[in-house]
Amino acid sequence: MSKRLAASFLKAKQENRGILGVFVSAGDPDTNTSTKILDSLVAAGADMIELGMPFSDPMADGPAIQAASLRAIKSGMTLKGSLEIASKFREKHTNIPLVLMGYFNPIYRYGVERFVKDAQAAGTDGLIIVDLPPEEDAELRDLSQNSELDFIRLITPTTLGDRLPFVLEKAAGFIYYVSIAGITGTKSAQLESISSAVNKIKQVSDLPVVTGFGIRTAEQAAHVASLGDGAIVGSAIVEIIAECDAQNLSAENTARKVSDFTKLLADAISAHKPE
Amino acid sequence: MNETQPNSFKTMPDENGRFGIHGGRFVAETLMPLILKVETAYKEVKTDPDFYAELLYFQKHYIGRPSPLYFAERLTEYYGGAKLYLKRDELNHTGAHKINNVIGQALLAKKMGKTKIIAETGAGQHGVATATACALFNLECEVFMGAEDVKRQKPNVDRMRLLGATVNPVTSGTSTLKDAMNEALRYWVAHPDTHFYIIGTVAGPHPYPEMVRDFQSVIGKEAKEQLFEAEGRLPDALIACIGGGSNALGLFHPFLDDADVTIYGVEAAGLGIDSGMHAASLTGGTPGILHGNRTYLLQNDDGQIVDAHSISAGLDYPGIGPEHSWLHDIGRVNYVSATDEEALVQFQLCSRLEGIIPALEPSHALAYAAKQLPLMDKEQVVILNMCGRGDKDLEAVLPKLDERGLL
Repeated sequence: MSKRLAASFLKAKQENRGILGVFVSAGDPDTNTSTKILDSLVAAGADMIELGMPFSDPMADGPAIQAASLRAIKSGMTLKGSLEIASKFREKHTNIPLVLMGYFNPIYRYGVERFVKDAQAAGTDGLIIVDLPPEEDAELRDLSQNSELDFIRLITPTTLGDRLPFVLEKAAGFIYYVSIAGITGTKSAQLESISSAVNKIKQVSDLPVVTGFGIRTAEQAAHVASLGDGAIVGSAIVEIIAECDAQNLSAENTARKVSDFTKLLADAISAHKPE
Repeated sequence: MNETQPNSFKTMPDENGRFGIHGGRFVAETLMPLILKVETAYKEVKTDPDFYAELLYFQKHYIGRPSPLYFAERLTEYYGGAKLYLKRDELNHTGAHKINNVIGQALLAKKMGKTKIIAETGAGQHGVATATACALFNLECEVFMGAEDVKRQKPNVDRMRLLGATVNPVTSGTSTLKDAMNEALRYWVAHPDTHFYIIGTVAGPHPYPEMVRDFQSVIGKEAKEQLFEAEGRLPDALIACIGGGSNALGLFHPFLDDADVTIYGVEAAGLGIDSGMHAASLTGGTPGILHGNRTYLLQNDDGQIVDAHSISAGLDYPGIGPEHSWLHDIGRVNYVSATDEEALVQFQLCSRLEGIIPALEPSHALAYAAKQLPLMDKEQVVILNMCGRGDKDLEAVLPKLDERGLL
């Protein structure tokens, strides 16, 4: 596991809580605001950043993250630009793990080898590539595992049967549990179903399990994080950015609003102790 | 037939759904188990005589197969070269080749115990065919269609609604076919247990490119037999238009190992390849990953998908089936293109000379025939896939023909 990811999970464990992962799209709504938002996430207590690399056709994402992707692309964001944002983040924040999330096409176009080299040079810790299921991920996973990038695999409610050991076999970093059969930012899962899924995964894998999709409130985040090793919040954060953008708020004010909400999430997770 | 000869072009895809570097299964993990189930189910029916007997029944009595192979004497005379035969798939029930595939997949869905169907559609032909099969087999039908196309293709939207389908206008992205396909995939991700996704072209994750090709190959198999009957020989050339490429592959596939048959796939050049406003993924695109497969795509340097442009809504797609990409890479098929303007001219010409109103899609194939046939000998024979009829296009085409003094 990447050193930063390992340290982050260890710290949370010592504090008897799960980690808070926060998703934002690189360059949403523009590079300057995006950079300020990332700084504010750290200040507000996020344990891990999931940085989206914008793609025109995000097949697994709901309306909020689709719109974030398009805002970023419209402002001129590219894969190279996303890596530059990651690199600047790393200069300022040496300990917070940053995981890149995206779709394979921009990476393929950029060149897989070049991408792995540049993502590592930028100081990122892992990759979540939504449209590379285990059957197709070797061409990127092999290279990233040879560097220090964890290729993070996703488990979904449809994976929990016979397929589970196969998917977990070559997983690295942590397991991203997609808590619903669906796209980001839509419905939310029942806590019982998350709990049972996390337990099933933990029977097969020693890696931390972090849950995402459909986590919209501080209360949900706190509950979900306590069921495994953490929670990731995306659409709810991105919607705040969309609102600020629609109101033409300054970069500082946008970052402050995002930070206020992130702090609520972080505080709720810290305060919530496993039953 | 030499289906398994060592140098055959008909052995693809491999077990991972690859055609050379193209194809594959690039989908979210949620969909993987579903796609694997479709693959298993399709493998079973492929060798099931009962399944094929049922398919054959509906092909004959419902679709109206075999479609005629018609010697277009007046167009032949006009072009002044090789003899032109039209494979009349526009005479199928619902007016295009799309129904060939839909009936096959709907029977498979039924066999898998699914009661609800998802489909994407651009021009609306695949949507209408799917809505039709759903009415026939008593299946629920959700069609995803770009909001722009819903406006452009109102008659087909009305037909789908009458047939009992729900038409969901898609406003994400650019509101066209690629976004409809994104949205159909998103809907499937959210309804994995109940729904079967009927993809309308030879694209998408494995096994769709193979399965759709197999169901459409009836076109080429019939054409081969019919031409033997009419001329006692193989054709010298085949011509078909290509968006995703299902009608083309349906015609081409049974001829791939006939080395003397030259094959032309005609992409939509829109306003011209150099204008950037086109839908020619092979001529003007690069390999990439979209909608579950690796294939040639219209994209920019950053790997963002670029909008396609064509006067024909059925060709207006930034990708192409992965088998075409492979056939392009190995050079077995010649991929060429025709512009909006050239297609319009043929739309009128074919109507006037043959009394057949072609859809805008095969009008692109005719546009290439107009260039290629005069270069060939009068003894040579060409089969062109007349894959759809043009009634649906009249509203868009008539004002343009009027402007050009062609009415």
